[in-house]
Amino acid sequence: MTDSITLTIDGNPVQAAPGTTILKAAASVGIEIPTICYHDYCTSNALCRLCVVEVEGARTLVPSCVAKISEGMQVSTHTERVKRARRTILEMLATTVDLSEAPDIQAYMREYGARDERFPEAEQRISPVLDDNPMYIRDYSKCVLCWRCVQVCAEDAQYTYAINFTGRGFETQIGTFFEKPLPETTCVFCGQCVAVCPTNALKPKRQWLLEQGRSPDEIMSLTRSERRRRMRREAAAEQPATGGKS
Amino acid sequence: MPEIDLALLQPVLADLGPQGRTALLPALHAAQELYGYIPEPVAAAVGQALRVPLADVYGVIDFYALFYREPVAKTIIHVCGDPACSMAGADGVMKVMAQQVERHRLPGEIQDTIQVERAPCLGLCEHAPALLVQGAPVPKADTQSWEDLVSGKAQRPYSVVGGDINLLTFNCGKGRITNLDEYRQSGGYDSLRKALALSPDAIVAEVKAAGLVGRGGAAFPTGAKWEAVAASSEPVKYVVCNADEAEPGTFKDRVVIEDDPHRVLEGLIICAFAVGAHKGYLYIRGEYQLQYLILKAAIAEARQAGILGRNILDSGFDFDIELRRGAGAYICGEETALFESIEGKRGFPRIKPPFPTTHGLFGKPTVINNVETLINIPLILKIGSAAYRHLGTQKSPGPKLFCLSGDVMRPGLYEVPFGVTFRHLMDDLAGGMRAGHKFQAALFGGAAGAFAVEKDLDVRLSFEDLRAAGLPLGSGVITVFDETRDMQEILLRLGHFFADESCGKCYPCQMGTQRQYEILQRIAENRPLPGDKDRLLDVGWTMTDASLCGLGQTAASAVMSAIRHWPELFEARQTTPEGGLA
Repeated sequence: MTDSITLTIDGNPVQAAPGTTILKAAASVGIEIPTICYHDYCTSNALCRLCVVEVEGARTLVPSCVAKISEGMQVSTHTERVKRARRTILEMLATTVDLSEAPDIQAYMREYGARDERFPEAEQRISPVLDDNPMYIRDYSKCVLCWRCVQVCAEDAQYTYAINFTGRGFETQIGTFFEKPLPETTCVFCGQCVAVCPTNALKPKRQWLLEQGRSPDEIMSLTRSERRRRMRREAAAEQPATGGKS
Repeated sequence: MPEIDLALLQPVLADLGPQGRTALLPALHAAQELYGYIPEPVAAAVGQALRVPLADVYGVIDFYALFYREPVAKTIIHVCGDPACSMAGADGVMKVMAQQVERHRLPGEIQDTIQVERAPCLGLCEHAPALLVQGAPVPKADTQSWEDLVSGKAQRPYSVVGGDINLLTFNCGKGRITNLDEYRQSGGYDSLRKALALSPDAIVAEVKAAGLVGRGGAAFPTGAKWEAVAASSEPVKYVVCNADEAEPGTFKDRVVIEDDPHRVLEGLIICAFAVGAHKGYLYIRGEYQLQYLILKAAIAEARQAGILGRNILDSGFDFDIELRRGAGAYICGEETALFESIEGKRGFPRIKPPFPTTHGLFGKPTVINNVETLINIPLILKIGSAAYRHLGTQKSPGPKLFCLSGDVMRPGLYEVPFGVTFRHLMDDLAGGMRAGHKFQAALFGGAAGAFAVEKDLDVRLSFEDLRAAGLPLGSGVITVFDETRDMQEILLRLGHFFADESCGKCYPCQMGTQRQYEILQRIAENRPLPGDKDRLLDVGWTMTDASLCGLGQTAASAVMSAIRHWPELFEARQTTPEGGLA
């Protein structure tokens, strides 16, 4: 095996180490390929398909976040075929999910000429905000199903496995065991899922309350009483035999 | 809610628990049989026993259509809603069933004792309109009385088999299951004996020489697949039989398993010996409950006779098969999604590469073949690759099974050599169009296929001829439509099928199948919006070109083919002043 592979990306000769993905090889010469689900510290699942590129000889478009480079490969990252797929994916996403707090995706939409209203009468994925714990809220109307939260909760980081997928197809959602509130799951409130969420579907509770127009003092007292309630609950659970009121 | 007695579950968990996560689907099936559905404490007990995170258990239950997390009626009737059955009146059947449930509801009853659900294609297309009563297949539901249906008196359907040859279907269509003795009398397991006396390399060479390609739809050369796995130095390898048949219009696996289960086992055992695997899985779709039981009995017979297990037929070769049931997910017919399902996960397809030949089931080198592919193996060994190549065309050697359904006189399974014309299959074998009707179109390859029209009647049924005609062979499924059929309605059903069956992993398919279905709904209701055809094309191209797996890549195939043939179907139609269609 050679130390370096030579390929062509958008007409530019590129050299990179074996095992490099097309996405990284392109970035090394300043060619930016758009991504949504990709995250440097998460397992790549090639599921948003925004990073697809044309590779000579391939039957379909190729996801650059996982496809490895090979010697002599001819890659085109911005052909009409590629742009049509990216634009359509963005247009479908904009009619499915609330992207109001996803500036990166909005920027892609402008770049690819994707219109929010391309699919009239389209069903949106709407669900109520889940506010079941003092640390963060879950607003799945904003969820693009990038899978990052599920992965950092599992083998990508925390090994807590509090959340997984529910439903399937268009109805897919992120959820807990039998939709239980997070405090009743294995969640340890590490906050890693909130950190990797690209669309603010997961948001720190404090930030959310501030946006709701609550004052910092109110928020302090709100979360304090939640903490107290929780401590009382735990104390009661430890002394079931005393018959104390909970 | 009645008290849940977890003690009932203990024997199941004691048995399956040590297997860990891979036993998740079997455990959930067993739990559902005990409790009627999967209550929360039961799901939790299963997760703890198998050491599967509870959120994952819930994710799996929620993925598969045949698992219920809420109480359900004692009897569930699944009515097929896909083209062949809908053309035969499935919607009317569904309506009557719903009325009957209503009529038989007792006052004050909280839970109906019977519930009716629309199901995706049940693989009973030659018996349309078909349904399942608590898993038991019922043919021609429009002719059955309600009392017979709910009392289980309705007779099960028997396969309709014909064709020019019967090399693969010799034991099929006789109205009974071929047991081990009968199979042996018909020369069964002779090929296995022959194979065990050969070197594995020689068997792989023979399969390659025969030019056999996969019959599940992808047409990958079988010998090349086997060779890659045989060459691997990994000590653990697997062979898997894909019997997750669910493409609308397809019922060939069902017929073969139902009538001649040992032929499938023989093919899989030879495959295992050729590639050096000691464990095999046979994954059958959840809706095929009857066929699951037939296979279970056949496997037991084979073990008893020393054809499975240790030292098979005194050859020194050890191999056994584990039978697995799906639970209602078309996507699990995709090979990597099927592996995930066996591993106890949601049926999400994996990214390829790596391919199953290097990283398959449990990450090990794996051969996965369709039922029809495997039953060609005993034949190849019996007659030899040279004679096998005399069948069919030069580029498409061998026999082929075609599932013919829809508006023909005799819907059924037909075995022909590759290269006969579509007209021969339809007119000479299936008896032509129903009396008084004309051919309008035929859907080749199922929901993931494309339409053939009048000019295609003389196309020869071979890979090369169909490719030239722009038609897919797919898994060998052809649904015929006469001049009375509303193609917008047919497309709507196909759109519904994909929207229902998309796994939801990759964006193009997750959202594209839904958007496609919405637009097809508008079109079927004759209220298309300007630009809907272009929307369908953009969605279609994006799914075809950018989806992660074969489901998404073919989810727009029939629609795009219809746009090519009948662009006018996608424009608003003139309506009469009374509101009817002109």
